[in-house]
Amino acid sequence: MKKAALKTALGALAFVASGAFADEDASLVINGEIEIVTETAAAAHLDGALKTVYSGWVFRSDETQAMQADDFDNPGMLAVESAMATWATAEGTNGKSCADCHGDASETMTEVRATYPKWNEKAGELRTLGQQINACRETEMGAEPYKTDSAELLAMEALISSVGRGTTINVAIDGPVADIWAQGKELYYTRTGQLDLSCASCHEQNYGNMIRADHLSQGQINGFPTYRLNNAALNGVQGRFKGCVRDTRAETYAPNSPEFIALELYVASRGNGLSVEGPSVRN
Amino acid sequence: MADNVTPRVRVPKSAKAGESIAIKTLISHQMESGQRKDKDGNAIPRSIINRFTCDFNGQNVLDVTIEPAVSTNPYFEFQAIVPESGSFTFTWYDDDGSVYTDTKDIAVG
Repeated sequence: MKKAALKTALGALAFVASGAFADEDASLVINGEIEIVTETAAAAHLDGALKTVYSGWVFRSDETQAMQADDFDNPGMLAVESAMATWATAEGTNGKSCADCHGDASETMTEVRATYPKWNEKAGELRTLGQQINACRETEMGAEPYKTDSAELLAMEALISSVGRGTTINVAIDGPVADIWAQGKELYYTRTGQLDLSCASCHEQNYGNMIRADHLSQGQINGFPTYRLNNAALNGVQGRFKGCVRDTRAETYAPNSPEFIALELYVASRGNGLSVEGPSVRN
Repeated sequence: MADNVTPRVRVPKSAKAGESIAIKTLISHQMESGQRKDKDGNAIPRSIINRFTCDFNGQNVLDVTIEPAVSTNPYFEFQAIVPESGSFTFTWYDDDGSVYTDTKDIAVG
């Protein structure tokens, strides 16, 4: 609350921001054992734009926060369960399952989510986690790729994310991805739409303040895929971007477009230092 | 016909006499309300879990009627004071006639 109040230039407006953080001292421990970093010092490349980065969990109500603290209460874990069955099911012309190459996901995939989107050296391209899953399906399994943001793909992303909960987001921004990262940064600060808003207008300059009946978060994506109470389903990062851009009353980019992939890389890198949380619960 | 219906229940393995324990239940179910239409404009038939019961050692302790407004994956959490060791039986009744059950034992002492 204090932080948000200080950010508000007009003292008279400060009361609007009170209650911005449901409980400033709350900490997130999942199933009583996985400790989640929900607040930490911003990475160096944020260059003074933010001093501290907060997980979106911090901005939610006590009830929503509690849902994420126990897998039984987290509806996103239902998707993880169904993806576990898919993980062991052979599909495609090569008759292989995910497990045939990767074994037990809870042992082999724990470090994966934290580093995506990631440069794929062999393919010479930047890949989101979803793209990597589909690349595996096509080239290794000979199976049909999942549709972008489909329930099946998000469930698989949720599985890979869930086994990595508690690991620290560490997305590379240099080397071959430096140009794409710069493009993503430019998109983040570019105002769009009739409302003339950039990502930064809300998520950098006004996080903690109210947007209609809700608290603005920093727009961190460490908790994706996210189970939203809003639509009672898992939501992907780029689907969420689309919703945000639409709300500025602009024509949006398509999920999986080069623009959104660049933006996802940049936004992911803003969360370096936070924990992998997905599937998280948000409203 | 409902797909991927899986009941889940969490009951503590043991409790003290007179202690209030939390029981959590969830069944994955699409809970199709019957109000929606498909792409061609035809009504999608209602398919919901319409009743949930909980019995302890054969005696009914909870009986819930569920209506179409209840959203997907119905979740019930309630408190219970358990007088003696025994087993809980949870039963969900589907519109399509399917009945799903789960049992959990609890030791009181």
